[in-house]
Amino acid sequence: MKYFIKKLTEKFIEGALFLSSTVTTLTIILIVFFLFREGFSLFKHSPVEDGFVIAVNKGNPVDKITGPQIMDIFDQEITNWEKVGGANDSIILFRIDNISDYYTEAQLGDSFQYVPQLISRLIDSIPGMVAFIPATYAVDGFKGRVIELPNVSMKKFFTEKEWYPTAQPAAQMGVLALIMGTLWVSLGAILLALPLGLATAIYMAEIANEKTRRVLKPLIELLAGIPSVVYGFFGLVIIVPLIQKVFELPVGETGLAGSIILAIMALPTIITISEDALRTTPRAMKEASLALGANKWQTISRVTVPYAASGISAAAILGMGRAIGETMAVLMVTGNAAVMPHTLLEPVRTIPATIAAELGEATQGGLHFKALFALGCILFIITMVVNLTVEYISSKRKLTKR
Amino acid sequence: MNHIIATEKLNLFYNDFHALKDINMKMRANTVTALIGPSGCGKSTYLRLFNRMNDLIDGVKITGDVRVEGKDIYEKNTDVVDLRRKVGMVFQKPNPFPKTIFENVAYGLRVNGINDNGFIKDKVEQSLVQSALWDEVKDKMNKSAFELSGGQQQRLCIARALAIEPSIILMDEPASALDPISTAKIEELIYELKQNYTIVIVTHNMQQAARVSDHTAFFYLGELIEYGETKEIFTNPKDKKTQNYITGRFG
Repeated sequence: MKYFIKKLTEKFIEGALFLSSTVTTLTIILIVFFLFREGFSLFKHSPVEDGFVIAVNKGNPVDKITGPQIMDIFDQEITNWEKVGGANDSIILFRIDNISDYYTEAQLGDSFQYVPQLISRLIDSIPGMVAFIPATYAVDGFKGRVIELPNVSMKKFFTEKEWYPTAQPAAQMGVLALIMGTLWVSLGAILLALPLGLATAIYMAEIANEKTRRVLKPLIELLAGIPSVVYGFFGLVIIVPLIQKVFELPVGETGLAGSIILAIMALPTIITISEDALRTTPRAMKEASLALGANKWQTISRVTVPYAASGISAAAILGMGRAIGETMAVLMVTGNAAVMPHTLLEPVRTIPATIAAELGEATQGGLHFKALFALGCILFIITMVVNLTVEYISSKRKLTKR
Repeated sequence: MNHIIATEKLNLFYNDFHALKDINMKMRANTVTALIGPSGCGKSTYLRLFNRMNDLIDGVKITGDVRVEGKDIYEKNTDVVDLRRKVGMVFQKPNPFPKTIFENVAYGLRVNGINDNGFIKDKVEQSLVQSALWDEVKDKMNKSAFELSGGQQQRLCIARALAIEPSIILMDEPASALDPISTAKIEELIYELKQNYTIVIVTHNMQQAARVSDHTAFFYLGELIEYGETKEIFTNPKDKKTQNYITGRFG
């Protein structure tokens, strides 16, 4: 009996453990699945927002207009149908607000109930007109012709630099500037954090006495626990004005400010992991170096650091991973201009900052919403590549170092 | 008498622990001296005095004289780097650097400021020949030292120590991590090296001490119990403790 209960308890614990790991795994898989489903559905969507259509006169021979073309048309960069493959006729724009140019308020009806018919008639009567109107107007009895825009293309998504996800009539979804912004800021962060972090790690692992280390280590770990919004605040109050003054810029909110803040945030990761790596260097190996007449610096630079090299690179990449995904602090100090960065002294915008800043405004399930999810996918892929690189490096280390 | 190493009234403390007590000992050039004794008796600590390896440990305090080639090496203005060039060391476990075989041997030369590649190349070959490893590695000088077997790695470490031309080589249980065949090779090597070097070897292996050394010192609880000709120690020990140890009653 006792044996049976013991066995049962064991089975029960085993089952509970199995269940929790299954649930965790499933949750992760579900999140990834959801992210990619939402993200990829962007590419099955035309760049015109849901509930709106582009309509032209029935006699207009143009039947294909791309997103950028429609933008140019509505920005009056293109003013003749000839440019988009139609007849030589000037383009007349129509947005819903323009209705009052053509009809009086009395004609529209008390509750604007005549608007759909009037628009329909208007499009029918003016051959060069192109209208951006609610889809509900273009139903039965509509005398114009609705033009379907080609879906958002994946290629353009990655190669275009214009990020106007809420532009009307057609959104412009080019994420290159955001990707570049993310990479620039992260790269800048790592360039700042790695030398400083490595130096600190070497100091802690090789030079500091036990007492100093016991004070320093918790302090550095404390750095990892500070909420990122606090870092952002610090950056906004201290670093941003400083950059503005030092570089004599019109605004201090720049990629550099983001890099500095991210560097500070990545430091704990870099320091702790590289310190651990440096500590794995066998004492015997350092002694061997010293016994051959090498001084402390020669030993550190020629034996300890090379031995820990893979750990240090893992630290750098993980630090970079942290920097790439960081949202709040970056959002607060980088100025958030979605333009291609040329130097780190310009405002830039990163992917996570974009998602955080815009998700609140995007209608759920809408075009903008999907675009933000697609950005999330890109971020996910970047961080996954980073993590796989770390895995690869550390597995290689296990193979080469007994 | 030409005593290359000598200690006089030497005491060593790890914080409060009295690890070596009043050691008086002299070693002649071109001899092999074995330090034996049970674990924790202070023999490794004693060995590490001669290249000041104990400096790396916090809380070590030393009183008395340690003379290497007549000079007190614990004097304030001693150049430790220079001392360690003269006094090479081979450790218990093979500990090659994570570098190529060539760079392992060249390391000591490079850190001592030698940049003449031709000279380094000759010296590396010469050292590997001396440590009886050359034939086994001459075709893979650019391979990682970790690819060698344990015994080969230990001979590589000996070559590494030889490359900077020390006059004294300290060996801290150099064969304890090796198989019998590799051990035999190391012992043979010690015999060869005696022609040109003074060797001090710490060993747990009684037979090894008897085979390779000219003189043997028996340490027990931080004291030097007995020191003399190896033959004498092993056949006719004067102290009871020595006798008990070498006959395997304790240790």
